[in-house]
Amino acid sequence: MNHLDELEAEAIYIMREVAAECEKPVMLYSIGKDSSVMLHLALKAFWPEKPPFPFLHVNTTWKFHEMIEFRDRTAKELGLNMLEYINEDGVREGVNPFTYGASYTDIMKTQALKAALNKYGFTAAFGGGRRDEEKSRAKERVFSFRDVNQAWDPKNQRPEMWKLYNTRINQGESIRIFPLSNWTEKDIWQYIKRENIPIVSLYFAKERPVVERDGQLIMVDDDRMQLLPGEKVEMKKVRFRTLGCYPLTGGMESDAETLDEIVDETLQAVESERTSRIIDKDSGAGSMEKRKREGYF
Amino acid sequence: MDNLLKFITCGSVDDGKSTLIGHMLYDAKLIFADQERALELESKVGSRGGEIDYSLLLDGLMAEREQGITIDVAYRYFTTEKRSFIVADAPGHEEYTRNMAVGASFASLAVILVDASQGVLVQTRRHARICSMMGIRHFVFAVNKMDLVHFERDVFNRIKKTIKVLMAEFNYESLMIIPVSATEGDNITKKSDRMPWYKDDTLLAYLERVDVSPKEETRGFTMPVERVCRPDRTFRGFEGQITSGTVHVGDLVTSLPSMEQAHVKEILDAEKPSDCEIPQQSIYTMDSNHAYAERIGAWDFHVPESSQGHAVTITLDREIDTSRGCVLEMDSSLEVGSLFVIHLLWMDDHSLVAGRNFWLKIGTQQVPATVMKIRCRIDVNSGAEVHTDELFKNEIAVCEISTGSRIVFDRFENNREMGSLILTDRVSNMTSACGTIIDTLERGNNLTWQNTDITRNLRESQKTQKAITVWMTGLSGSGKSTLSNALEKRLFALDRHTMLLDGDNVRMGLCRDLSFSEADRIENIRRIANVAKLMNDAGLIVMTAFISPFRQDRQRAKEIIGDESFFEVYVATPLEECEKRDVKGLYQKARDGKIRAFTGISSPYEAPLDPDVTIDTSKQTIEESVDLILKAIEKKFGEA
Repeated sequence: MNHLDELEAEAIYIMREVAAECEKPVMLYSIGKDSSVMLHLALKAFWPEKPPFPFLHVNTTWKFHEMIEFRDRTAKELGLNMLEYINEDGVREGVNPFTYGASYTDIMKTQALKAALNKYGFTAAFGGGRRDEEKSRAKERVFSFRDVNQAWDPKNQRPEMWKLYNTRINQGESIRIFPLSNWTEKDIWQYIKRENIPIVSLYFAKERPVVERDGQLIMVDDDRMQLLPGEKVEMKKVRFRTLGCYPLTGGMESDAETLDEIVDETLQAVESERTSRIIDKDSGAGSMEKRKREGYF
Repeated sequence: MDNLLKFITCGSVDDGKSTLIGHMLYDAKLIFADQERALELESKVGSRGGEIDYSLLLDGLMAEREQGITIDVAYRYFTTEKRSFIVADAPGHEEYTRNMAVGASFASLAVILVDASQGVLVQTRRHARICSMMGIRHFVFAVNKMDLVHFERDVFNRIKKTIKVLMAEFNYESLMIIPVSATEGDNITKKSDRMPWYKDDTLLAYLERVDVSPKEETRGFTMPVERVCRPDRTFRGFEGQITSGTVHVGDLVTSLPSMEQAHVKEILDAEKPSDCEIPQQSIYTMDSNHAYAERIGAWDFHVPESSQGHAVTITLDREIDTSRGCVLEMDSSLEVGSLFVIHLLWMDDHSLVAGRNFWLKIGTQQVPATVMKIRCRIDVNSGAEVHTDELFKNEIAVCEISTGSRIVFDRFENNREMGSLILTDRVSNMTSACGTIIDTLERGNNLTWQNTDITRNLRESQKTQKAITVWMTGLSGSGKSTLSNALEKRLFALDRHTMLLDGDNVRMGLCRDLSFSEADRIENIRRIANVAKLMNDAGLIVMTAFISPFRQDRQRAKEIIGDESFFEVYVATPLEECEKRDVKGLYQKARDGKIRAFTGISSPYEAPLDPDVTIDTSKQTIEESVDLILKAIEKKFGEA
């Protein structure tokens, strides 16, 4: 077995453990490339049965429209039970990424996720997080315990030995499971290529309307984009390494139009991927850890 | 060699472990440029003055950066042209032994740091011991800070000799010792020109070439069943990851513990989808999702054989008793048993005493288990065996455990997957301990339950009553004895056949050998529960009056006696009232410090969460209380 085979078998083992032991699991589906890989692994893990759990997308209402189209087509073609959750209170109050800053992420993502899990009573949620993404993730367990407030306590994680995952919880507690913990960005791309997994078109370079803001190229995906004085919309050939809310996701100038070209570009990459997610830079070192303690995925 | 090497780095704070790995990533340009920038920025802001602090790459959690130590395991990923690596960077302090064990359980090789200026220390021994216990068989010792000893060959050779002596104690397959300087980069990725006397590989070069694949032993095929796949009535497949050996279509496999046999009909291996020859999608189009769904619809995972490491689904040619927790095997050394000697690492904040009950997970099996005995503690530094009754966090011991039902297992040295286990606390669900099976205690295997012709049902109907146990729990002086006595008199008057087990009376006979230590209190309750069960089996209604302060012990009693015959009465008379009564003068003695661990004063009482009935003898008379209990019994069991 090569190292991709080993990672694949590990992820499948983890998913089966959850399906067998957890009372009410759900797979979080964020539409990005990691979600595409996770979905593909879930299809393999239980074949010829369908994945024995629903999928959940927490929609901030600020996702790229190409993402939403991709999500809907994926769910329809594969016959998946795809749930969507939107924090309607946040929408009513007009919470947006331009004027609400960090509290936007909290209200539309962190709080919305908590509310969604509570609404359906999910006791276990798969996430596509990888340990190579960020330093505090590097220390998170594969089965990551959340207390009744869905908070993560990094100083008091359950020890995780061998492949013996502890799925036991009390009423109100839950577990987040990261089957891709040991994958790197490079592994993800190589696997997408090897397995021929569809991903959102935004990953491929194309002429797109963008503005330059704080050194990032932000795509003008719809007319809600608020331009700052002096900003002007230009057409540039860009692609995205990670996908999120369009006003918070920086694109990169690129000519990589095919999967091969993307993989090649990634292998030579000099910027690690979270650079293009603006929320991580808010308060320097430790900002992701803070959000995770509060329940961010 | 395109396989993964998972390794752990061990060393204490001052040994420079994070620096070593950080330097390796930095030198080999294995870190992304923006991480590198952040690193330079943070180390300048940080306290250690100006120079790049490589350890900042790894010490991720805020608390760690504040304290300047590594608390939890951090995982790092890198790939060179020759191999992919995952590094578990583990804390070295004794108080974080459990975190190191987490890292070691994940790894197949250990890089242990030794400070050249100090030589082999107690912590070096500790690190080797933990790695060995968790199953690591490949060791690299990086003798660090060679710059501080002027790169002297003699110093290195002395340390090398000590390491070899040290390692003689452990079971290992490969051992490599390399002189390095982590801060200056000697022999990390580049050969040091300051140590020309060292001719062997640099650390990275060695890690790239070392072979850690398990030795080709004839271990046979084993696969714990994770889950049964049943998409429709025609298909019944057993999902699992093969832990050893190879299996072919047509092989005759055995399902443990039932010992039933069947032939393998199909093997589905997810690794090889039938569509891998289809041309790559090179761009996304509107049709991509549809094409994907069609390809998946046509998937065919059938393979003629599969082997260790593969995640498969197996179908058999006939229906046998197999489900999650069973193990499919062929020609393996697996056994079935319920009494074991294990190495145990205690990881919970509160201590362990013999008699405690847990959930035990081994392979995909989960069963109740009891730590019967702590044979001895093993000093994690010296390896010395120390007698003890109590085990604290981060301590290692040899223990005897028994499981509630027979489980499939192997000795850890034979099969890492089927010989390792975790214990989970039954109340908090914390992973309290991990262990490895050394041996089995076969004595339990010779006992089988004899069924007798006169059954409990017959005895009950002869006496026209339902045999139940009324378990009274409450503080000393709460009125348990008075109440159970009154209850028995009432039942006796109603022509019922009864027996009363009272705390002090039992202590004078059956449990005369037991003290009031925690372990003995647990044993006391176990014996009482078993006696109550025997009397229930004899058709008698049993009343027990014991403080039984711990929820877990009452839970255990309930399991022994049986859910369907257990009736819990919480005698909830308040502490002040009990202390005021102080019939036996015990509270006064406890307050004076003459009695240690007295429930309610110096030892906790865990009230029942969901008792069948609650009585407060400061508010109700004894007769009223008896009425209440009888009414509740009638409600739960019908007429008693």
